[in-house]
Amino acid sequence: MSEALAVQSPWQTAGIVRIEKRTPRVTSFFFRPSRPFAYRAGQHVDVRLTAPDGYQARRSYSIASAPGTDGAIELAIEKLDDGEVSPFFHEVAAVGDEVELRGPLGGHFVWPDDDGGPLLLVGGGSGVVPLMSMVRHRAARKSTVPVVLVFSARVWDEVIFRDELIGLDDREDGFGLVLTLTREAARRPADYSRRVDVAMMVQAMARLPEPPRIAFVCGSNAFVSAAAQALIDAGVAAEIIRTERYGV
Amino acid sequence: MVTRGFLSGRRPPTDGDARIPPGQYLEQGFPVLSAGPTPRVRTEDWSFTLKHGPRPIKKWNWAEFNALPLTKMTRDIHCVTAWTKFDTPWQGVLVDDILADAGLEPPTDFTLAHAFDGYTTNVPLKDLTAGKAMVALLYEGKPITPDHGGPARLLVPHLYFWKSAKWLNGLQFTTRDEPGFWELRGYHIYGDPWREQRYTDDP
Repeated sequence: MSEALAVQSPWQTAGIVRIEKRTPRVTSFFFRPSRPFAYRAGQHVDVRLTAPDGYQARRSYSIASAPGTDGAIELAIEKLDDGEVSPFFHEVAAVGDEVELRGPLGGHFVWPDDDGGPLLLVGGGSGVVPLMSMVRHRAARKSTVPVVLVFSARVWDEVIFRDELIGLDDREDGFGLVLTLTREAARRPADYSRRVDVAMMVQAMARLPEPPRIAFVCGSNAFVSAAAQALIDAGVAAEIIRTERYGV
Repeated sequence: MVTRGFLSGRRPPTDGDARIPPGQYLEQGFPVLSAGPTPRVRTEDWSFTLKHGPRPIKKWNWAEFNALPLTKMTRDIHCVTAWTKFDTPWQGVLVDDILADAGLEPPTDFTLAHAFDGYTTNVPLKDLTAGKAMVALLYEGKPITPDHGGPARLLVPHLYFWKSAKWLNGLQFTTRDEPGFWELRGYHIYGDPWREQRYTDDP
């Protein structure tokens, strides 16, 4: 496993260069750090906001963009109604604004393509964000590593990166997308309309040529607990399952 | 750098300010974070081993461990993901009492905590003794749930909470301060919240 020591930058300013609404609750903010840094797919950054009286709030956000591509760092931020930082981004932040940013961070929930595969990715809601970085990294590197992404969302309109993911799925180049909607009927023939479960994991893995070498699971704590248990019940060894939980 | 338009925020209550380390916010819930699936460890399969290097010194099963003196500890805890929770009530066995039961004079100044899922984290001996740390068995008077590290977790409340290893199954004396799981993956070797030692490069 290539889990080298992370190289971290100190706090630096980063300007917002683009804003793109992804779903009703999720908007992507593209940042250009004053001192650009290399990162690995799956890593996150810390963002820090400072009020005029010196009060600071910081939160971690996963990077959605692929490493090595020259573009800005994309953070897909979900608006949390009782949040402190996400409402600032959704209601106040504009192109040209600057925030403080630190990264890259995290050395476990990462996939450099030379770690190989196959990969099983399981994301719930905005838990898809670090997995999206891996999927984009695979595409950017023209990797042939077999990857299946099981993505659970409440409804079709909350499937973040939907068109891009379906476009990658349509290439039939070893990446497969399984969507499951928990509050709506499935829209595509092989998709599901229920919460993730053992049968779904078994069927998802059947789309890989051999059992996964690593499984990445990201989402709310409840989602990750259920999905990781489903993987274990489907015969996946706990040792190859890496999780990232929002905490709540 | 003042952020344009960031005015309010979720400020800590005034009387709690002094209890919230820099960069932290006050959390009322109890978030769950871990690097892998939650192991379900049955108490009949549970054991705790004290080691010096590779050599086991003493091993306790669940009943033997629960027969050690129980101590209450109510402490503020601080997660590196920036939440702080006040007054978390734990009960468990002080590391002091574990060492006493083993009849052990600490052979080195460093330890590595081990967990059932293979997780490790390093804590200097001085941060575990003199009543500073325990192996917690109860939270709010009840067995610790698997999500929060039950049956037993380390509790080192004055360091960032990743040091308080969940699903604990051993403590190993090491000759050097050996980085554990997160310490090898970008997190600080010591992790003092009051000095904001979150990541490797923090002073």
